[in-house]
Amino acid sequence: MENKKKNKEENRRKFLKSTGTLALGGLALSAFISESLVAKPKSAPGKVMEFTSVEDLLSGPYESAKLRMQDEVRRSLKKPIEKRKWGMAIDIRKCIGCNACTVACIAENVLPPGVVYRPVIKKEVGSYPNVSLINLPRPCMQCEDPPCVPVCPVGATFIRKDGIIEINYDHCIGCRYCLTACPYGARVFDFGEYYTDNTPQVMAYESRPSFEYGKKWPRKKGDSPIGNARKCTFCEHRLADGLLPQCVTTCIGGANYFGDLNEPDHLINKVINRDNVTILKEEEGTSPKVFYLR
Amino acid sequence: MKKVFYVLWAVAFLFGAFGVYQKLAYGDLFVNFGSRVVWGLWVAMYIYFIGLSAGAFLLSSLVYVFKMKIFEKLGKLALITALITLICALLSIWFDLGHQWRFFEVFTTPNLPSSMMAWMIWLYTAYFLLLLGETLLAFRIDSGKLTGAKLVRKQRTLQILASVGIPLAIAFHGGVGALFGVVASNPIWHSALTPIYFLVGAILSGCALLTMIFVFLWKDKTSEDYRQISFLLGRIVLVTLLFDLLLEWSELSISMWLGSSTHTLGFKEMLYGHYWYVFWIIHILLGVIVPVVIFLVKSRKPYWVGLASLLVVFTFLGVRLNIVIPGLVTPKIAGMASAFFSKRLLYSYTPSSQEWLVGLFIVALGIALFYIGDKYLKLTNPHN
Repeated sequence: MENKKKNKEENRRKFLKSTGTLALGGLALSAFISESLVAKPKSAPGKVMEFTSVEDLLSGPYESAKLRMQDEVRRSLKKPIEKRKWGMAIDIRKCIGCNACTVACIAENVLPPGVVYRPVIKKEVGSYPNVSLINLPRPCMQCEDPPCVPVCPVGATFIRKDGIIEINYDHCIGCRYCLTACPYGARVFDFGEYYTDNTPQVMAYESRPSFEYGKKWPRKKGDSPIGNARKCTFCEHRLADGLLPQCVTTCIGGANYFGDLNEPDHLINKVINRDNVTILKEEEGTSPKVFYLR
Repeated sequence: MKKVFYVLWAVAFLFGAFGVYQKLAYGDLFVNFGSRVVWGLWVAMYIYFIGLSAGAFLLSSLVYVFKMKIFEKLGKLALITALITLICALLSIWFDLGHQWRFFEVFTTPNLPSSMMAWMIWLYTAYFLLLLGETLLAFRIDSGKLTGAKLVRKQRTLQILASVGIPLAIAFHGGVGALFGVVASNPIWHSALTPIYFLVGAILSGCALLTMIFVFLWKDKTSEDYRQISFLLGRIVLVTLLFDLLLEWSELSISMWLGSSTHTLGFKEMLYGHYWYVFWIIHILLGVIVPVVIFLVKSRKPYWVGLASLLVVFTFLGVRLNIVIPGLVTPKIAGMASAFFSKRLLYSYTPSSQEWLVGLFIVALGIALFYIGDKYLKLTNPHN
């Protein structure tokens, strides 16, 4: 009887000892794993960071996903232009429809009335009371097989080596055939208007130049880009300086991803190589380089 | 009567010139088309006039290629009409450009072979040159200065030119239709019927224009020829009109019978939308039913034939508008219409006063050119 009791006691001790070791080992292991996974520069040395948000998952060793993407852009810029392929992903679950990107784009590119590169389409789905709102920002899709390029009678629009569809403002005759060809309505025409038309004075800030396609385009009567087709350029003038497109930078919800589709490690490829990715109007066969996450 | 005409013409020309001045001085500030309905009245006028030109030209081939004696007197009239309407068409599309002074780039840096617009421009340039050459030759032959072997040689050249002109006219106006047809993102343009529909429409409107001019402006209205020609022309217009209607029925019925809503929105807009009356009243009633009845009942009465043709010609601008506008008033992505507000991003269109004025200028110019041509070249009063 006594022996039995002793044995039991011993067994318990053994058990506690082994589980204790396991638990301690487990703790050490998890600490090791998290330490190796979590970015070092983020916190003070020796302090273990915890995963707190999706942002942390996305940012890698950077302070934010945006800084990570910016660094990725800068690294891609070191490659020859033909090795780059810029792409964008928009997480429509995160888009709150604030139009900050629309407005930031207008400010960045000094867009006049009627010219908008990135409207946010708001679509109500379901029927009352079971309704929800989908916000769908719509930049230029920078298609791999763009319908707007072959229709141009003078070849003023073309696919750049890095995949961005460029419009040569000095060459475009303003026939607007490309506007009809784009299945996304991404191209607009510059009618030469100003927001401060019909006020005592057209404000100087409306005539300041835009910097599209690496050139200065001051707004002057009759001069390009007035009378031209215009569209989103992925802010290629910012990219050239290692900055993200303005819409990506400005998005308060971090709903935009941008990077080099040729770089498997870039965040953009991490988010689009999943099953929740979709593209607009797949049936058109245009192969957009703008992806939507849902 | 003449005085009233002169005054009306002068008023139209002056007002029109004001519209032209506005366009040249202020660009596109006063137009009502935008970035959604990207093409408006001027593009519709372009395809209207260029159709008239192709149609008139193809009718002239009855004289210069097929040597139909009965229409001989109409040959030069048809050529000059084709030339003037072509000039009107080119002016219409030139005014439509955002950068009018860069038009030469379509010749210096054409995007061939991929751009249907570039093809069309090169084809109508070739057509323009051929038409010019053929017209000059036709007048030279009829001047009576050529005799013997030289005359025969020139007549032979004229026939060859006119023969080359037939496939060229078909190619270039088919090309205008193809320009619309190849736009895959626009379901109501993207049809294999589009170029054919353009061609038949061209023959219809061009023949109707010549019939109208012949009936009303021909000096010798008492001859048997006059009655005979107007009867035959009326018959040509009637047959083409019915064929055109068949094509239209085919296009609309096949698209709409069980068609998905996104593919038929444009047609629905045309039939039941804001401008339903352009289709039902202007086109179907005044452009089809009334002329067909007249052609059937009064086919031997030249004035009635002329009136029916006039109805076809005038209402055909509505047909052309109904190709351009309904194809553009439907959002390509649901919700686009309310995504961003601007008058340039509306999915509706009514031509502005400036657009009408420029249109008026082009018509007035065409009439003036015809008047001058008729006066000096005796188009409606050939001496032979």
